[in-house]
Amino acid sequence: MLNQINCISISSLLFLISILGIFLNQKNILVMLMSLEMMFLAVSFNLIFSSIYLDDIVGQVFSLLILTVAAAESSIGLAILVVYYRIRGTITVELMSLTKG
Amino acid sequence: MYLLILALPLLGSLITGFGGRWLGRYGAAILATTCVLLSTFLAILIFYEVGLSGTTCYISLAPWIESGTFHISWGFLFDSLTSVMLIVITVVSSLVHLYSIKYMENDPHCPRFMSYLEVFTFFMLVLVTSDNLIQMFLGWEGVGLASFLLINFWYTRLAANQSAIKALVVNRIGDFGLSLGILVIFYIFHSVEYMTIFSIVPFFTDYYLVFMGFSIHGLTLAGIFLFIGAVGKSAQLGLHTWLPDAMEGPTPVSALIHAATMVTAGVFLMVRFSPLLEYSPVTLFTLVVFGSLTAFFAAMTGVFQNDLKRVIAYSTCSQLGYMIFSCGISCYNVSMFHLTNHAFFKALLFLSAGSVIHAVSDEQDMRRMGSLIKFLPLTYSLMLVGSLALAGFPFLAGFYSKDFILELTHISLYPNLNYGAFSCWLGSMSVFFTSFYSFRLIYLTFMNNTNSNRVIVNSIHESSFLMSLPLIILGIGSIFVGYLTRDFFIGLGTNFWGSSIFILPQHSNFVEAEWLPVVTKWLPFYLSTLGILLASFINLTPSFFSFVLKFPRTLSFFSFLVNKKWYFDILYNRFLVYPSMYFGYSVSFKNLDRGFIELLGPYGLAKLMPLWSSSLSKLQTGQLTHYIFFTILGLCLLLVLVLFFYSPLFSFSSSLLGLFLILPFFV
Repeated sequence: MLNQINCISISSLLFLISILGIFLNQKNILVMLMSLEMMFLAVSFNLIFSSIYLDDIVGQVFSLLILTVAAAESSIGLAILVVYYRIRGTITVELMSLTKG
Repeated sequence: MYLLILALPLLGSLITGFGGRWLGRYGAAILATTCVLLSTFLAILIFYEVGLSGTTCYISLAPWIESGTFHISWGFLFDSLTSVMLIVITVVSSLVHLYSIKYMENDPHCPRFMSYLEVFTFFMLVLVTSDNLIQMFLGWEGVGLASFLLINFWYTRLAANQSAIKALVVNRIGDFGLSLGILVIFYIFHSVEYMTIFSIVPFFTDYYLVFMGFSIHGLTLAGIFLFIGAVGKSAQLGLHTWLPDAMEGPTPVSALIHAATMVTAGVFLMVRFSPLLEYSPVTLFTLVVFGSLTAFFAAMTGVFQNDLKRVIAYSTCSQLGYMIFSCGISCYNVSMFHLTNHAFFKALLFLSAGSVIHAVSDEQDMRRMGSLIKFLPLTYSLMLVGSLALAGFPFLAGFYSKDFILELTHISLYPNLNYGAFSCWLGSMSVFFTSFYSFRLIYLTFMNNTNSNRVIVNSIHESSFLMSLPLIILGIGSIFVGYLTRDFFIGLGTNFWGSSIFILPQHSNFVEAEWLPVVTKWLPFYLSTLGILLASFINLTPSFFSFVLKFPRTLSFFSFLVNKKWYFDILYNRFLVYPSMYFGYSVSFKNLDRGFIELLGPYGLAKLMPLWSSSLSKLQTGQLTHYIFFTILGLCLLLVLVLFFYSPLFSFSSSLLGLFLILPFFV
């Protein structure tokens, strides 16, 4: 059932899980990217729900826009990841601590 | 004429001080002496005009400070009190100038010395001629400064430096009291001019200052504070320690400052403020107690001193005690009379001591002198005159003033005047001690067999005419001045003082002094003769003396105690000076200035900032996850703050606040 509480809680739960996925993850940068994607998903889902609920098209327009942005972003991110892997030979997040305060 | 007497010493001081290099030694000395001699001449004229002819002169020169009701002008008041002080100051000063031409002949800094002596004279004249308290305070501080410069004249000597600083600091304690007194007087009377104060004092006899719930009699408070000033300057018990140490200066300085003039400033202040002190019995009581204690204490301490100048210094202290308690029993004119006589014979004693010290190659210890009577007959005879005058031998200066003071203490034994018995006993005992140490000095220096070595004995010579002349003049003065001036100082019904001294009718007891029993009138003479006889007996039979001193241990302990001045200096150092210096170094310097305030101020901040910044920069570990954590934490905080400050419905947002507070932990 597409009611208000369910949808908002699902999307915010998704958002929270993705945040946790970003910074509880120490091993793999791919998981981080996937969490990022999930974050976009949560936001888009929320926008779509809001657009349906408020009966306004702008939310869906925005979610489409986010879709493209997320695709571009993930492609760039993966490209950086590949370059990084070529240089360092590893994609562990723990070892990415060359720049310290 | 009236202002010239002030201007001449100042001018002479400035010229000899700044132009001494061009004037040369004798040029500076002659210029300085001429200036002071001229002002002596003027002082005698003023004495004739003001004192004898009874024409009080008041000169208002120019406004000085004006601020609201606070109004001070440069004013000069010449009444009979001032004229007497002028005579004392200028005569002693000019004789000391004459004396030091020869005495300081071989000193390389003669013009400086002359300049200091002159500036001292100038400040002393400012002190006595001023018509208000502030100008008087200028002179008061000026003589303190001049005494510092003069004691410290041989500034390469450590002891001279120490004693000069001591003199200045101990005097400054008294000066603090005096400045408090000035403030209290201004608070009560809204004026610092003598004329205003003295004319309205009777209306303030019931004036009480209320301070923190205590109500204090205003006149008593003012009088006590002024007396604290006099204690410092006149070396009364408590702040007397500077005077014997001030003997480190050249002997003419001791004669000028510590015998005749500066130390009398405190007595002068008390006499000048007689209209105020008369209405405050508590202050008079304090004067009596402190004065008689000082007289007794200093006289007893003088007995076992072995330094020639120090004996005379303690004698000065003792005589100042006489003057002060004479003020305390409301006999201000007798106090002034004794001041005048004392200036003559004490300057004589000091200058003779200088002559002796000069003769025996700067040896000051009496135990290393002896039999100088054959070498220095003139100095001996003059010193004998001085000592007899000091001891109150009949028909010399001290007899007329000192014995009269003692007679007056007998009067105050009568029940209408209280607390006189104290001063009577102590004063009478100190008469005995005074004559004892005077003649001990005479015997040790002049009569006994010599103890100095042959080289010194061979070089003993009578000092030159220029040094003898002031001695002779002062000798004549100490013989005759008491007899000649007795009638207008303390004569029955004399109107010499005019309105410069005020004595309440119920405190006045001169008439009774004339009809005392003969025995009590003779008592001081008996006591001083006893002192002379005892001194002669001990010194003529030295074996007995040594027997007495060696046999009982308590007596030798006692003499040791007295020789060490009752350990006043040591007690002061141990319990006041060192603790306060320790406090100043340890607490206020190390803990407060360099400690606490610096920690709060520049030093602590400079130390803390790198600490904080390095610990802040350590937060940036390089780990991506940490960065994200801080980002989210910051976001949460921002949201909380926004909700906290901008939410119109704060009460509802408290649950949200809780949510956001919990969120980081959850995260």
